[in-house]
Amino acid sequence: MSKWKKIVSMPLFLPIFCMLLVMATNIVYDVASGNFALNFFTIEIRNGVLYGRLIDILNQGSAIAILAVGMTLVVSSSAGTDISVGSVMSLSASMCCMLLAGYGVASAVELQIPLIVGFLAGILMGCLCGMFNGFLVAYLNIQPMVATLILYSAARAIGLLLCNNLIVYIRDPAYKVLGGYVGFLPTPILVAAICVAVMMLLLKKTALGLYIQSVGINKKASRIAGLNSRKIIFLCYVVCGLCAGLAGIVESSRIYSADSNNIGLNYELDAILAVALGGNSLGGGKFNLAGSIIGAYTIQAITTTLYALRVSSNEAPVYKAIIVIIIVAVQAQPLKDFFNKKAAQRALAKGRR
Amino acid sequence: MKKKSMNSNTVLLLITIVLFVVMYAIGCVVYHNKGFDHLQTFLNILINNAGLLCVACGMTCVMLTGGIDISVGSLIAMDCMILAVGMERLGMSAIMLCVFVLLIGIVFGIVQGFLVGYLNIQPFIVTMAGMFFARGMTAVISTDQVSVSSNEWFVKLANIKLEIPFEIGAYLNNKGKLMIPYFRIPVVISLVVLVVIFLVLRYTKFGRSLYAVGGNEVSAAMMGLNVKRTKMKAYILSSFLCSIGGICYCMNTMSASVAQATGLEMDAIASSVIGGTLLTGGVGNVFGSFFGVLITGTISTLVKTNGKLLSSWSSIAVAALLCFFIVLQSIFAMVKEKKK
Repeated sequence: MSKWKKIVSMPLFLPIFCMLLVMATNIVYDVASGNFALNFFTIEIRNGVLYGRLIDILNQGSAIAILAVGMTLVVSSSAGTDISVGSVMSLSASMCCMLLAGYGVASAVELQIPLIVGFLAGILMGCLCGMFNGFLVAYLNIQPMVATLILYSAARAIGLLLCNNLIVYIRDPAYKVLGGYVGFLPTPILVAAICVAVMMLLLKKTALGLYIQSVGINKKASRIAGLNSRKIIFLCYVVCGLCAGLAGIVESSRIYSADSNNIGLNYELDAILAVALGGNSLGGGKFNLAGSIIGAYTIQAITTTLYALRVSSNEAPVYKAIIVIIIVAVQAQPLKDFFNKKAAQRALAKGRR
Repeated sequence: MKKKSMNSNTVLLLITIVLFVVMYAIGCVVYHNKGFDHLQTFLNILINNAGLLCVACGMTCVMLTGGIDISVGSLIAMDCMILAVGMERLGMSAIMLCVFVLLIGIVFGIVQGFLVGYLNIQPFIVTMAGMFFARGMTAVISTDQVSVSSNEWFVKLANIKLEIPFEIGAYLNNKGKLMIPYFRIPVVISLVVLVVIFLVLRYTKFGRSLYAVGGNEVSAAMMGLNVKRTKMKAYILSSFLCSIGGICYCMNTMSASVAQATGLEMDAIASSVIGGTLLTGGVGNVFGSFFGVLITGTISTLVKTNGKLLSSWSSIAVAALLCFFIVLQSIFAMVKEKKK
C-alpha cells in the first residue's frame, strides 16, 4: 500500500501513466482490428525518412511541446494560463509569410526577403504579443486569462488583415526546412528538442527557475525578498509568446502556407492540457518542465489515437475537454480533503473495532 | 467608502453611454446616405444582437461573483445545432426542442457551477473546457450547415414583424414605398430578460448575494451566505440565459453550423466590461451591459455599412475597446489603492 502510494505521488506519475494507457489502448485497438499487435511501436525507413506512428506523434507533437515550455512558465509564475497561444501562432505565421511573399500576394515562388529574416520577424511578432500580454498581467494587475483573451480573439483577426484575407502559399522548397526533414529525421522534433534543451539549461544553470517558482508561490514575499516580481512575470509571458511564435512558424512551414483561420486552432487547449497532465498545478508555484513535455507528447498520442479510432478533428475537443476536467478535478483541494476525511473516518472506525 | 466605489462605477458607465452616443452620431453623419440615421438601423442592431444581450446579462451575473464564463459562444452553437437538427432531420416539435435546449443549458450550468463553486477550480479552466466540449459536441451532432425551414411554427415565429405604431421613424424608400420600422420576437425576449435580471439583481436576496460574494468572499461567508451555492447558481443562470440567447440566435440566423457564434464569448465579456462590470467582481449592473451590447453592435454595423473594410476589423475594434476599458478599470483600482 505505501509503496503504491509512493509511486502515485511521484511527480512524473500522471503523464507516464497516461502515456502507458494510450499505448495500451493502441495495442488493444490493433489487436481488435486484426493488425500486428505492436503496430504502434514499429519504426521503419520509407523513402529515406523515418516512418511510423511513434515518429508521427513526435513530429506532430513538437508544436505542442514548444508551446508547453512557455505555458509552464506562465502557469508557474502567474497562476494563470495564456489562452492566446493558438492565435499568436497563426499571427506569427501570417507575419512571416506576408513578409516573405509580399503584401496581398496569395502564392509566392520567389521570396521577397531572405528566409531567415522572415522567420525572425515571425518570432519577433510572437515576442511582441507576449510583451503585450505580459504588460497587462504584470504591470496592470489584470487577471492573466482576461488579458490574454484580448489577443485570443484579436490576433487571428490581425493575421487575416496582414494576409488581406488570403491563404498565403510559399512555394519555395527552402521554406519547408522547419517543417520538413533533416536527413531522415523530421525537423520539428529537432526544433522542439533544441527549444527544450535551451530552456532546461537556462532554468537549471541560472537561478531563473527558482525565481519563477518563488514568484508563483508568493508574489509579495518574493518582492520583499528582493526579486522584481513584475519583471519576472513579464519575462515569462515574453518567453511564452516567443515559443508560440516559433511553434507557429514550424506549423506554417509544415504546410508551406499561412492559413490564419486554421493554424493553431484549439492548440491553447492542448498546451494547457499538457501542463496540467504534466503534474503541474494550474494554481501556480512549483513546476516540472519535463512533466509538461511528456504531457505534450501524451496529448498528441491521445489525438493520434482518436484519429485512428475515426474521431474527426472537430470532435476531438470533446474528449480532451473531459480529460482536462477530470485532471483538474482530481487535483482540486476540496476533493482531496473530502477523500482524506473519508479515509480518516474509516481508519477511526477500524481502530474502534 | 461605498460612495467612492459607486462613483468610479458611475464614471465608467457614463463613459460608456457617451461613447455609444458619439459613435452612433458619427455613424449617422458619415453614413447619412447609406441610411444609418433611420430608426430601422437602430432596431436592426437590437434584432441582430438579441442573443448577445441575453448572454451578456448572464455573463454580468457570473462576473459579479468574480468569475467568468467563456463557454457561451460554443453553447449557443450547440443549442442552434440541436434546434436545427431536431426540427429538420428528426421533425420534432419546436416547443419541445426549446424546452430541451433550456434544460441542457441548466445541466451545463450545474456541472460548471459545481466544478467552480464546490471544487474551487478556476472558472476560466472549467469554462474553457466547457467551451471546447460544447464546440466538439456540435460537431458530433452534425458537421453540416443545417438551415431551418420546414418547421412552420418556428419559421412563422421568427418572421413575425412587430411594427412600431403611429409610423414613428417611418420613411419612404427610393422606390417610394413607405417603410415602417419593425422589430422581431427575439428583441422582446431579450428585453424581458434584461428587465427581469435587472430586477433580480436589484431587489432579490439572490441578486444581492451575488454582489456580496463578488465584493468579498470571506466576509460574505461570515455574514452567513452560502458562497458555494451562490456561485453555482450564477453559473446555472448564465448557461440558462445563454440557452435563451441560443434560441434567439437561431431565430435570427435560421441556420446552424459548427463555426457559428465563434468569438461571441469575447463580445459578451466585452459588453459586460464596457458596461462597467468589474472583472474582480462585486460592481456592475445589466443596464450598463445593455449599452455595452449596443456599442459592440454599433461597431459591427459600422464596419458592415462601410462595406470595404474586412470583417476582422470589427473583432479587432471590440478587442481594442475591451483592452481600453480593462486598462481603465485597473488604473481606477490602482488609484483607489494609493488613496488608502
